[in-house]
Amino acid sequence: MAEETATAAVLVRKEPDREVLEEAFQVKVDAETRIEPKDWMPDAYRKNLIRQMSQHAHSEVVGMLPEGNWLTRAPSLKRKAILMAKIQDEGGHGLYLYSAAETLGITRDQMYDQLLDGSAKYSSIFNYPTLNWADIGAIGWLVDGAAITNQIALCRCSYGPYARAMVKICKEESFHQRQGYDIMMVMAEGTAEQRRMAQDALNRWWWPALMMFGPHDAESAHTSQSMKWKIKRSSNDELRQKFIDATVPQAEYLGLTIPDDQLAWNAAEGKYDWGEIDWDEFRNVVNGNGLCNRERLETRRKAHEGGQWVREAALAYAEKRQQRAASAPEKKEI
Amino acid sequence: MTDKAPLHELPLFEVFIRSKNGLHHRHVGSLHAADAEMALTAARDVYTRRSEGVSIWVVRTKDITASSPEDRGPFFDPNEDKMYRHPTFYDLPDEVGHM
Ligand SMILES: [Fe+2]
Ligand SMILES: [Fe+2]
Repeated sequence: MAEETATAAVLVRKEPDREVLEEAFQVKVDAETRIEPKDWMPDAYRKNLIRQMSQHAHSEVVGMLPEGNWLTRAPSLKRKAILMAKIQDEGGHGLYLYSAAETLGITRDQMYDQLLDGSAKYSSIFNYPTLNWADIGAIGWLVDGAAITNQIALCRCSYGPYARAMVKICKEESFHQRQGYDIMMVMAEGTAEQRRMAQDALNRWWWPALMMFGPHDAESAHTSQSMKWKIKRSSNDELRQKFIDATVPQAEYLGLTIPDDQLAWNAAEGKYDWGEIDWDEFRNVVNGNGLCNRERLETRRKAHEGGQWVREAALAYAEKRQQRAASAPEKKEI
Repeated sequence: MTDKAPLHELPLFEVFIRSKNGLHHRHVGSLHAADAEMALTAARDVYTRRSEGVSIWVVRTKDITASSPEDRGPFFDPNEDKMYRHPTFYDLPDEVGHM
């Protein structure tokens, strides 16, 4: 009898209705319970995450290219080894993020395709060229610095795999920023020419670094829903301000000037006032017309296509080995 | 997650690392590789760049059998009503001391 009722219960069990599911989901998010891959989630939450996480992964990978430009021309073996290690980390970050995104049901190949056909974006900072060695210092200091500000906030993201990837990435990032600042310190204390290069690098990277935080909150298409779902934990403007407040004293220490004539300490509010981002430039670069957009994608495409035979060979080799193992006389288990 | 990965995509592996002797292996992430041996080398390269481990396991993701979140209630239910498995179920007088 008990069994019969159980069967009947299964038969009449209806799919819970979407509104109920969505409400339960939001309760979970509000209670800071992490969402895990197989948990029910609204389609829009999944989509939003896939967009943000794949974009983040692409940024790590494309981010290797501007720095790669200086690998063969680093001024010493020490700097070369450090830069190599830093770039290798970024490749790893890409991998952690791609893997985390894959738990949402998109494949790695789909993500690569979206990057290469231009339908997925990556951080537009990487569409700027690295013109002198001090740029490598400025990237570590400012670009990784801005990335860290963003990523620390994401360590508390509601989606478990994303939050865990962020924790791991943040542990590795602090080396990136410190090696960059270390380069800037050496340049800023160096010859007049080296100081000029350091200032030039700061002049070119400052505003693009501020753009990394995205549009103002009022103009940000995804912010409010993302905040409600705790995909984002702080708004673009909050994070940008945090970055500015932390970075201005660091520039002062170097004796370099931040290229913003409206920059001033606001004692009443305990923060820096600053000028305005050139949003036309921002939109232009996002829309594919930055100095290096085409070159970056072309390099990625070549690297991906060029690696195709390696992946095929690895698979063929794995298959051959498996067949050999299958036909070999049986080994004794030990 | 999807089983219908296109042919040219390398299989997915889950990576587990023992950070030092005396601790369990812990899941740290995943990666694509042609076979287990190559997965192991790749896992060493990406997940232990700063001596994070002394031992690595790799497992084909598709070989993992997982409980499903929808059954979370019924699947784990049998444990919920067995409070007598917990030490706090038993009221002992203070005189017996810590037990
Ligand atoms: Fe990174
Ligand atoms: Fe970095």
